[in-house]
Amino acid sequence: MEVSRHWRLQEQRYKLVGETCDSCGVKLFPPRDVCLECKAPAYALYTFTGLGELYSFTTIYDAPAGFEHSAPYTVALVKLEEGPIVTAQLTDMDESELSIGMPLEMVTRKLRTDGDEGMIVYGYKFRPIFSQQVAN
Amino acid sequence: MGEGTRSPLPKGGVKGRERNKHMNDVSIIGIGQTEVKEMWSTSIRHLAWYAIEAALDDAHVSQVDALFVGNMAAGQLSNQMHLGALVADFAGLRGIEAVTVEAADASGGAALRQAVLAVKSGLVETALVVGVEKMTDQVGSSVTAVLSSTLDADYEAIHGLTVAGMGALLMRRYMHEYGIGVEEFAHFSVNAHANGADNPLAMFRNRIKAERFGSAPPVATPVNLFDAAPSGDGAAAVIVTSHERAQDMVSQPIRIAGSALATDTLALHDRKNMLHLRAAELSAQKAMAAAGVSHDDIDLFELHDSFTVMAALSLEAAGFAAAGEGWQLARDGAIGRNGRIPISTFGGLKARGNPGGATGMYQIVEVARQLRGQAGDNQIPDAKIGMAQNLGGSGATAVTHILSNR
Ligand SMILES: [Zn+2]
Repeated sequence: MEVSRHWRLQEQRYKLVGETCDSCGVKLFPPRDVCLECKAPAYALYTFTGLGELYSFTTIYDAPAGFEHSAPYTVALVKLEEGPIVTAQLTDMDESELSIGMPLEMVTRKLRTDGDEGMIVYGYKFRPIFSQQVAN
Repeated sequence: MGEGTRSPLPKGGVKGRERNKHMNDVSIIGIGQTEVKEMWSTSIRHLAWYAIEAALDDAHVSQVDALFVGNMAAGQLSNQMHLGALVADFAGLRGIEAVTVEAADASGGAALRQAVLAVKSGLVETALVVGVEKMTDQVGSSVTAVLSSTLDADYEAIHGLTVAGMGALLMRRYMHEYGIGVEEFAHFSVNAHANGADNPLAMFRNRIKAERFGSAPPVATPVNLFDAAPSGDGAAAVIVTSHERAQDMVSQPIRIAGSALATDTLALHDRKNMLHLRAAELSAQKAMAAAGVSHDDIDLFELHDSFTVMAALSLEAAGFAAAGEGWQLARDGAIGRNGRIPISTFGGLKARGNPGGATGMYQIVEVARQLRGQAGDNQIPDAKIGMAQNLGGSGATAVTHILSNR
């Protein structure tokens, strides 16, 4: 099993902890230590708000092992309000109601299960921010 | 003038001068390939050997100095790593230098690139390159999971993203930014299947109609079965040596006029403009500059049509179309065998099939056949210069080769 590799990423998976570049100020997710923009060292941690908008999406029918029981499921590119784009599943929605540019928020859900007795991996997914919630 | 006499002109006059100009280039002296299909009774070592045997026969050589194996995932698909030694031994070449080169489904092109570097360095006289992939030692969701491991495991694959899903994210964004519908992508698959129909080695030889495109089953919306290239078993091989030696060994050496490999971010989400395949552009520009050719000089382009949108993006990145207009070349018939820039001339990944790490070597073998005038029903008339571009996944690795028959 891959326990340590998932444990190691818990700050990213549960809280969207990325980095910020001290040199150019850009926010980075996933964290990458070397700034994507200016190549300066970027080790300062930054917790993203979890708010963003839909950039692209797909509903996957031909699922890989470990995801067969969730198929079909929707994977999206979400453009976070701080700038970076993140790959994540969408939840609490129907594909027919999706449109590029719609607002989304992060939630924590089960990502995958390795068999009946295997490890359960949790992490971020995104869902639509419903209009009444926005109004409130 | 005697052999040893100094002359202001190289031996052979103008023809000799032409010969000298490319003396340090690397040329293909032998090609070989297997069919692409599900070959349940054939192991990965046999697949590799069949392509190698054909290439050795074609070049009339029995020994080479180095072997580069392009392979994507035998470690996972067949529980077999260390293919350099395995294939060298199985092909009767025990003792030679041999390694595997891996760059997802750009492994084949990347292996040829290594062979070009080796021969050009002068340290290796003759190199054999084989791209091989055995896709059917596993089936269904296991294979999909292995292919997903070519994505970013921590930040893409863990979310259930697949290679087809990656293609779908690009296709949806392309449709959104350029305001076109799914039906516009059909022309790429219609062309690929029309060409595959005439290629006895192709995985799919059926012609498809654009009208039926919309009703194909979804793989990862908006990508359907007609957008996505099928995985199959296959192997393709070439033998390369210096252009100088090649001219004495075979009647039709195919010169590698340009060779370049470039990289981009592995994950799609890290790209500022994901519809711009930066590595594909970089490698195409470098290879074309090395070859000294412009777009008008290129008679055919074997591109990486793993998904229809990748064909459109490849045409744009290589400079055959402006951003957002690659699909128009398909609509307007410019990509057909009699068009301005024929692509997928033996069926491409879509109809010939996509045998992972072998795909890039099929492209090279196919371009070589075109330039030798040995493409049969698929022949592009009077083809002199051909380009092959092999992508890893969404183009995180891009390898471009430009071949010439003179
Ligand atoms: Zn920076």
